[in-house]
Amino acid sequence: MRFIVRRVGFYVIAAWTAITVSFFLPRMVPGNPVAGIIANASIHGCNPYCVKALELEFGVFNHNALIVQYLQYWGNLFHGNLGVSYFEGSQPVSTLVAAYLPWTLGLLGVATVLSFLLGTTIGIFLGWRRGSRLDWVVPGATFFQAIPYFFLAMVLIELFATTFKWFPPQYGYDITLSPGWSLGYIGSIIDHAILPACTIILASAAGFILGMRNQMLTTMDEDFVLVARAKGLPSRRVVWYAARNAILPSVSNFSIAISLVVAGQILVEVIFNYPGIGYLLYKAVINHDYPLVQGVFVVIVLVVLAANLIADVVYAFIDPRARQEA
Amino acid sequence: MTTDVTTLAPGPEPPFTARGSRAIRFPRSPKIIVGLVILAVFAVLAIIGPVISPYNPNEINQSWVKITCQQGPGLCIGEIKNGIPGGYVPLEVPLPPSSSHWLGTTLLGQDVWSELLNSTRPTLVVAFLAGLVATALAILVGVSAGYLGGNADEGLSLLSNVFLAIPGLPLLIVLASYVPGADTSVIVIGLIVALTGWAWGSRVLRAQTLSLRNRDFVEAARVSGEGRLRIILAEVMPNLLPIIASSFLFVTLYSIGAYVTLAFLGLGGGPTSSPAGPWNWGIMLQQVFDNNAVNTGYWWWWLPPGICIALVGTSLALLNFGIDEFINPRLRAVGLTRKAARKAGISFRATLGFTPVMGGKNAPVSPVSGGNDGRGRSAR
Repeated sequence: MRFIVRRVGFYVIAAWTAITVSFFLPRMVPGNPVAGIIANASIHGCNPYCVKALELEFGVFNHNALIVQYLQYWGNLFHGNLGVSYFEGSQPVSTLVAAYLPWTLGLLGVATVLSFLLGTTIGIFLGWRRGSRLDWVVPGATFFQAIPYFFLAMVLIELFATTFKWFPPQYGYDITLSPGWSLGYIGSIIDHAILPACTIILASAAGFILGMRNQMLTTMDEDFVLVARAKGLPSRRVVWYAARNAILPSVSNFSIAISLVVAGQILVEVIFNYPGIGYLLYKAVINHDYPLVQGVFVVIVLVVLAANLIADVVYAFIDPRARQEA
Repeated sequence: MTTDVTTLAPGPEPPFTARGSRAIRFPRSPKIIVGLVILAVFAVLAIIGPVISPYNPNEINQSWVKITCQQGPGLCIGEIKNGIPGGYVPLEVPLPPSSSHWLGTTLLGQDVWSELLNSTRPTLVVAFLAGLVATALAILVGVSAGYLGGNADEGLSLLSNVFLAIPGLPLLIVLASYVPGADTSVIVIGLIVALTGWAWGSRVLRAQTLSLRNRDFVEAARVSGEGRLRIILAEVMPNLLPIIASSFLFVTLYSIGAYVTLAFLGLGGGPTSSPAGPWNWGIMLQQVFDNNAVNTGYWWWWLPPGICIALVGTSLALLNFGIDEFINPRLRAVGLTRKAARKAGISFRATLGFTPVMGGKNAPVSPVSGGNDGRGRSAR
């Protein structure tokens, strides 16, 4: 378990870096962005009380040394206090995050797991059947990898929501229904999640497909595969052994993948007006709601690092070398 | 991520030095050629775009918007001069593509083709600037970490792993909303994008440098008394070139997405922001999205910028793929298709455990020792 302990240590350092950057950035960047933020906020309908609160938030009249402010910031953070939003009815940022986060976690979790399984399976198959007619999938996947998520989302809305009217074009559930554990409400949640989830899966599976195919091609040249084949094992069995080994880098590179998926998810939520944390971040940016931007950033970083940790635990579970090495 | 670190580590290519044999054998695969052609077309558009643009992209012309009646065409056309006709709501509709507006107009009354032409240059400048800066950072951090080893390696690796673990887009959003000038200057935005995109390349370069560091030719250079800097520049770096190129393309691909996304979110600036920024494909899509054009079916407005992004992205990805195949010949197993192989009289079955490298009639050669594989890479 030393492997896991080391990884946890690493993620603590990563989280500390991200939070520290988000604290110092508005205070250290040249050109006094704090003044700009406050000026901007007043233009966008921030009343004098709101300006006062912003000044307190960014320590304009806080004559404590920067390091003291920094420690105060950490103290607030450990109490779950992420500041107060100015454009969402002056609600605490933590309340807003708590309301929006479940939607994101649900969509992100389902879409990432499906995309990983789908992409890996297709990648194994492509690696196994290299040189066959299936190879057209490779340039196809390359194309999907190159399209921005939000453009793919626009196309899917145009096709499946506007033209065919199979799925609703936006929001997380049918707003005419009252939230609760009713069948209709849960059905509408699923109905509304299909199109956003398909967008994320289509765009992110490409990376998993290509990575897995390449790794599969490399693994199939290893001696143990040759031996397995020479022993006369059925080829399904041989592919199974090769795939089990080829999948390891996909899992250990999961951190890069999840970072891209989260970026895509933010955009997908914006396009679909999906009530998740990415949409909240977008609203915060549009309204120049800086405490909310900062708070959402911290929460997203923590969620992503937690996802990485889960991937690491899975990795330690499937690769005995990781357990022994550390 | 078409490559990953582990596939690169053993480096099946035999090492070659800059002044030794021919410097770089240029890989010629259809993927690379198609990628280069697409990229060249866009490079030309980026250079001459603003010159051949038929209209000023900022020009708003009311006659470029058709006003129709929401109740159905023809019902209130005659009365529209007097303002809103009783009982009907006038609806503004952009013009579809025609000879005077090749790609139609927007709902705001602007020419889409002119917008597209003027958007190409800033988009590509940001992408390639960010690609260059990020690659330079990646080389600096990755190669030093791999070559120096020890504590320097620990520290630098930690740095790049932290940057990899922190999700890129949220960091980008935070940076772009605080750093002054991000909405007006392509240079500032390019640097911000580079700052969030260098870590992946650095990790790959470190892995490859580690595997090169103890090879015989580097050892020989060290024994013969070459300086550390000279060994890195003259012995190690030339062998990293394909990987450097690959990571440059990867970062550039990422940068286009990042810039377009920032602009789409209203952070990359644009002609409508208060200190006016440059046009770009992201801002075009933002206007589409703000005016709900996707749901109303004005395809000529939102399809072109999206297709441009996808084409440039695909060309970079294809080039990257070509280079990956160059670095790792196993990926290039499809030297001959089944059909072609049968025609040539070679029995070909993609079997497990064998990399079929076609070296002519019945001459399977291992990929490392060379042999003409029909892909333009001749034997050394």
